Formats: sequence, C-alpha cells, structure tokens
Amino acid sequence: MKNKPPWLPDALWRLIIAFAIIVGAVIVVRMLIPRAMKESAIHYASTVERETIKPIRYAGSSICADCHEEFDLKKQGYHLNLSCETCHGPSVKHTEDPTAVKPETPRKREFCEKCHIYDPSRPTGFPQITPAIHNPLKPCISCHNPHDPKPPNVPEECRACHEEIARTKSVSPHVMLRCTTCHNVPEAHKMSPRLVKATIPEGREFCGGCHSDDSKVKDTPKINLQTHNGKYVCWQCHYPHMPELD
Amino acid sequence: MKRRKFFGKAATLLISSGLLAGMWKKARAKTPEGYDPSLHYYGMGIQIDKCIGCGSCVEACKNENSVPREPFYFRTWVERYTIGKDGGAVVQNIDARLAVSRDIISEKEIIRSFFVPKLCNQCDNPPCVQVCPVGATFMTEDGVILVDSERCIGCRYCIQACPYGARYIHPDTMTADKCTFCYHRLTREMLPACVEVCPTQARIFGDIRSKASPLARFKRMNKLHVLKPSLNTEPKVSYSELDGEVR
Repeated sequence: MKNKPPWLPDALWRLIIAFAIIVGAVIVVRMLIPRAMKESAIHYASTVERETIKPIRYAGSSICADCHEEFDLKKQGYHLNLSCETCHGPSVKHTEDPTAVKPETPRKREFCEKCHIYDPSRPTGFPQITPAIHNPLKPCISCHNPHDPKPPNVPEECRACHEEIARTKSVSPHVMLRCTTCHNVPEAHKMSPRLVKATIPEGREFCGGCHSDDSKVKDTPKINLQTHNGKYVCWQCHYPHMPELD
Repeated sequence: MKRRKFFGKAATLLISSGLLAGMWKKARAKTPEGYDPSLHYYGMGIQIDKCIGCGSCVEACKNENSVPREPFYFRTWVERYTIGKDGGAVVQNIDARLAVSRDIISEKEIIRSFFVPKLCNQCDNPPCVQVCPVGATFMTEDGVILVDSERCIGCRYCIQACPYGARYIHPDTMTADKCTFCYHRLTREMLPACVEVCPTQARIFGDIRSKASPLARFKRMNKLHVLKPSLNTEPKVSYSELDGEVR
C-alpha cells in the first residue's frame, strides 16, 4: 500500500490490483502459455497428420490391371479374389518405376504350401494337399497356373458339382475310394440332379463291408457290428467323406 | 465509476475476450485432398470360417507398418485354437515365417480346430484411452484409436488396460504402438494392408454407417459376436461363427 498515490481511495486501489491480477492471469493463460500445452486437439491433429503422411507399401490390386493382362485371366479362376500383392509382395515401388523395380515372383513349392498344405485347423473344403503324397518335389507351377489354378486334369464328373466334397475327400483316408464305390448314380442324375438323386448307402452293413471284424478287406479300422453302438447308423458319428483317423 | 457499473464492464470484457478466443480456428488435421474424416466411421468384420491361417495378413501388416520382425511384436496376429478330446482349448500364435506351430497336437486328439485373426478392436469405449496419464492416445473422428508417439511416455498403462493384448512397446521408439487400421491408407481411400492381402476375404473392412457395402452385407448375413462383450468396450471389430472357447 506504500506506492498508492495519495489521491486514490483505498477501495479503488484494491479493485485495480484485483483487476490487474485477473487481466494478467488471462494474458498468461491466453497468450504466453503455448496452445499446445492447453489444447489436446492440436496434438490429436498433429498425430493424425504424422499418421497420414506415412508411406504406403502395398499399392492395391486395382492399379495392376492398367498394365497386366493376367488380371483378366485371374478374374475367371479360383484366385479371383486374391490381391496381386498377396503373392507378389508389397509393390508400390514397382508402380512408381515399373522397369527398375520388379515385384517378387514366388516359384517354390513352399510358397503355395503356405495356404495349401493340409492343416486340420483349415476350413473343410479348402483345397489342400499333403506334400509328401502330392507329386513330391515337383514345382506347383509346372501343373497349375497360379493366375488360374485348376486341377490339371479335367475334373471328374462328380467333382464338377460336388467340388467341396471332392476336396475334403482328397485329404481323407477315403481318398482312394471312387464316388461310385458308395453311391449309385443314375445317368439321369446328371441331367436333373434334384429330381433323380444318387443313392446313399443305407444301414450299417454297407460300411461293415470294409469295417466289420469279418470283412476280408485289409488295412481298414475294424469294429464289431453287433457291439459297436448298435443304436446308430454309421454316419451319425462318422462323416464318410472325412472319417476321423482312429 | 459506480461499483456495479465497473463489475458490469469487467464481466463484458471477460466474456467478449473469451468469445474472441473461441473464434480462433479449431485445430484440425491436414489430411489428403478430398478426405473428410467426419464422413467415415470404420469397422472390421472377421469371418472365422474363412481364415486359413496362412499368416499373409501378419506379414503384410509388418511390411506396411514397419513392425519389428521378431515374433513378439504384432499389430495383428492369428491364433490357432485347438479343442482337444479332453475339452481343453490350446491357443497358439501362428507365425508363418517361423512355422513353429504345426503338429503340436496329434490330429487324433482334436475335436475341432480353427484360426482366429486378432487385432486392435478399435473400441468405442476404449480402456486404453481412459488410463493414459498424458492423453497420448485418443479416438479420431473416423473412429480409429491412435497413439501420439511424441507424447507417449512409454508407461505401459495402456498395455495393461487393453483386454485384447493389442498393444506393445515399439523397441525403437519405446512408445506404445498398435493397429491403426492402416490410417495412412484409409486417408488415401485404400484398404488396410491385412484386408488387401487376405486370400480368402476372411477380413471385411468398411464404414460401419454405410448401408450397402461388403461390411454391411457381412453384418446382415451373419450372427455377430465381439470379443469379451462383458467388458462393455464396444469393439468395432466383429466376428462371425465365433466359437465359445475364444477369449
């Protein structure tokens, strides 16, 4: 209170001091403290910016069609939904300079096996092979065109419609059985498949032909037809196209 | 000057200066031309019965986002669930590059087995955002949770808080890192790298609010589940055909 001019009333002086403190605080908060220390929106914005300028490595498959004809071929086959870069690797550099940078072209069996080796966790019906049995050491691309993978031979008649069953059976213990071993297929079934059906085995005795104790067929799991869960027919527990191994 | 008048003037000054300050432009991120984050709200659908466990998504994610190659840094990963005859579920992490996980359980002992791709669920109610002591992690307008690597102090609270184990400390920056739905690709109208390379379309990406899109169709045609619904995190990643054993 020493510096107070003598003509100023005390009350007004106190008010001036209080006002100066308020104004000073406002100035400090508004002007002196950098906005970055007060507003999280600024940080969020700068993070988003930093995130958006990151370089991309996968160019996306739509751009490939501009130059590559294989794209049309791929669209007809089983690999239609595969992105080019699923196999050829990140290729954004190739799109920027097509001559200097070439994408990978995997040719080894191991690469295809990444998706197509038999694995019990894979969905039923997904095309899989057991590498030890399926033409060992031969590169996949010598029979299958990866842009339009087909079975190398013309599909069997049944396979044309029942592809998923055929794939499932191809990795099951029943792989060597022909469809007609168990199903009687009338010729008319091919013309009107819903009106004329192929037969399915009836009763336990049919499976028993190979799997009962008194069967003459060698190397099959055998059970006693009389004591083995007589209440059920076989397919209520065992799926014939993929019977469990034991 | 009357005291009342003085207070009145002081109040007007404060209010008007506040208004002026409010008129300062709101901070807004610069995004590529033609991208408006307010028009999007992203989500992902995962079809368990399509995943073949090839690990392409994991590899693509590591390539695209410079995630360390070591097998314990993941933004997205694939788990193999194997439910044995004794009823116990075994969970393994698939690493296609290392091929460690085949044939650990004999096929005869398996009742059922399948793959579950996992990633950050981009929760609508994210526990990681709540616990961050420095406000380094936040949700963008288009629904993606990001980490500000310049603010993050690497305290690992968010790693503890995330019920899905989606975060890790990046060994180079020592800050928290996680899936961003490939935010840099989204702003260029591209799909996330994992969705781009998935050979069986097990991952479906899109705008949650769009009415006609692969994601909308996925949501219409499938029974949907989310992971750990009891935690009320409201994930934006939904799964179809999710087995009861999946945690």
